[in-house]
Amino acid sequence: MDWLALSDAEWTAIRLSLRVSFVAMIVSLPFAIGIAMLLARGRFWGKSVLNGLVHLPLILPPVVTGFLLLILFGKRGPIGAFLAEYTGIVFSFRWTGAALACAVMAFPLMVRSIRLSIEAVDRRLEQAASTLGAGPFWVFLTVTLPLVLPGIIAGMVLAFAKAMGEFGATITFVSNIPGETQTLSSAIYTFTQVPGGDAGAFRLTLISIVISMAALMVSEVLANVAAKKVDAA
Amino acid sequence: MSLEVDIRHRLGAFSVEAAFSANKGVTALFGRSGSGKTSLINIIAGLMRPGSGRLAFNGDVLFDGEKRVFVPAHKRRFGYVFQEARLFPHLSVRRNLGYGRWFARRSHSGADFNRIVDLLGVGALLDRAPANLSGGEKQRIAIGRALLSNPRLLLMDEPMAALDEERKAEILPYLERLRDEADIPIIYVSHSVAEVARLATKVIILENGRVSASGDAATILSQPSSTISRREAGVVIDGIVEATDAEHQITVIRAGQAEIRVPDLHAASGKGVRLQIAARDVMLATSRPEGLSALNILPATIIGIGEPAQGMVDIRLDCGDVTIVSRVTTLSRDMLGLHAGKPVYAIIKSVALDL
Repeated sequence: MDWLALSDAEWTAIRLSLRVSFVAMIVSLPFAIGIAMLLARGRFWGKSVLNGLVHLPLILPPVVTGFLLLILFGKRGPIGAFLAEYTGIVFSFRWTGAALACAVMAFPLMVRSIRLSIEAVDRRLEQAASTLGAGPFWVFLTVTLPLVLPGIIAGMVLAFAKAMGEFGATITFVSNIPGETQTLSSAIYTFTQVPGGDAGAFRLTLISIVISMAALMVSEVLANVAAKKVDAA
Repeated sequence: MSLEVDIRHRLGAFSVEAAFSANKGVTALFGRSGSGKTSLINIIAGLMRPGSGRLAFNGDVLFDGEKRVFVPAHKRRFGYVFQEARLFPHLSVRRNLGYGRWFARRSHSGADFNRIVDLLGVGALLDRAPANLSGGEKQRIAIGRALLSNPRLLLMDEPMAALDEERKAEILPYLERLRDEADIPIIYVSHSVAEVARLATKVIILENGRVSASGDAATILSQPSSTISRREAGVVIDGIVEATDAEHQITVIRAGQAEIRVPDLHAASGKGVRLQIAARDVMLATSRPEGLSALNILPATIIGIGEPAQGMVDIRLDCGDVTIVSRVTTLSRDMLGLHAGKPVYAIIKSVALDL
């Protein structure tokens, strides 16, 4: 069973992948809720443009998305330079860049899931809450958000799974640097490019199957708990 | 305490234009479906912004079209009981009831909570989820939730429309207690004469978005109106419980000089009650009938005879300071030779007056 033992480099890739995916999921969540709310409820000029922009990474070749990120968020890119100067956050060739690439790629899935569940919320319940004295903020926090929770959880899991599997945009934007930007997918890719790397590729493949299955099962459990509360309507 | 309404609102080809005031007691907005009742109550609640006009409660301006004042629903402190209960599915009954208390300015004592839970008889339901409640129970919780938000006014939009007859009978007594015990104005939207007759202090009839009649409930509901369906047309009279025959479960009600027997109301002597007597439930006889099961045989004098419609006429009767309307066929009118001033007997089955 020796061939199943993971090397340090492989462990590093696993840990990095988990961290990148988790950060991508958590950081994009508030934005996803905001955008989903806008798309579900808002009536404004340019809504279809916003909708298109959000969904673009789903349709564009990942290489193109990665290249656009490189141009915008690279060291000399307009946004990258600004952020580096004023917040100290650097994306290019860092794990943070990998997280950004994963977040952008997973964003449409997360927004879509949350948006659908916002659209399913019975607005008459929100009206009832407002007649009971709850202002818009409290209505959102105490009625809308709890009812949307199953959709949010589903969106988070989808985003996490998508981030775990992201490859094209990440490798284009932040390359494949072991210990910094080499995620599980990039590591598997690297193994397949060298002679005798099959065993390593296979080990990491097993790991990614286990992680994906675990994520799905956790989401099932969470969604069941949330749905039980909501379905008690 | 009074609500002053004077608003105009256009909804496509339909428009609502209504001016009225509502004070303590139950003001019924009465009209057929599509008469603008729900739009009007949503405007009062602040869920809809009217085109123009003015809305004020106790001098507190809630909407003024000219001065561009609009107070949103959550700042009006008007409780609202909807047609469907609209309970929050993710909260227990207890937390549904408590929801409005968070936002009420005056913090409520536990005594208030217990009083309202008792009033509505929902003590046993507190830890249940809304999904596991019957329609009548849900609606009682919705009423409690609105009351516990410490409202200045209570709006009710056909709170019993979605319930079957049994559930209605279950809720009505609670609504009556509410009317008698709460000292806030209640605006009650309904299209049912029976409900309005039983609950309302004042009635406003809406037709095509306009107020076609308004005033004291007994007066308005006894007038012929296109809003009241033919089957429900009749009179509404105010009476006082005089005695109860415990053995036969009969309550005797005095209205003017007439004594009317109805199935047991479980009400104490001296209590005011309102009776709706449909014209189709009143028979006429020219001499006092014998051997009849009907318990109410009232000597009366014909005041007037209405215009015949579809072979039937409405005959207004004076039964000793009380006006009752009887509907008979034109054939009966001619056979009995009915005319104004003729003394007759009005016969009403007690069973027809089952509240």
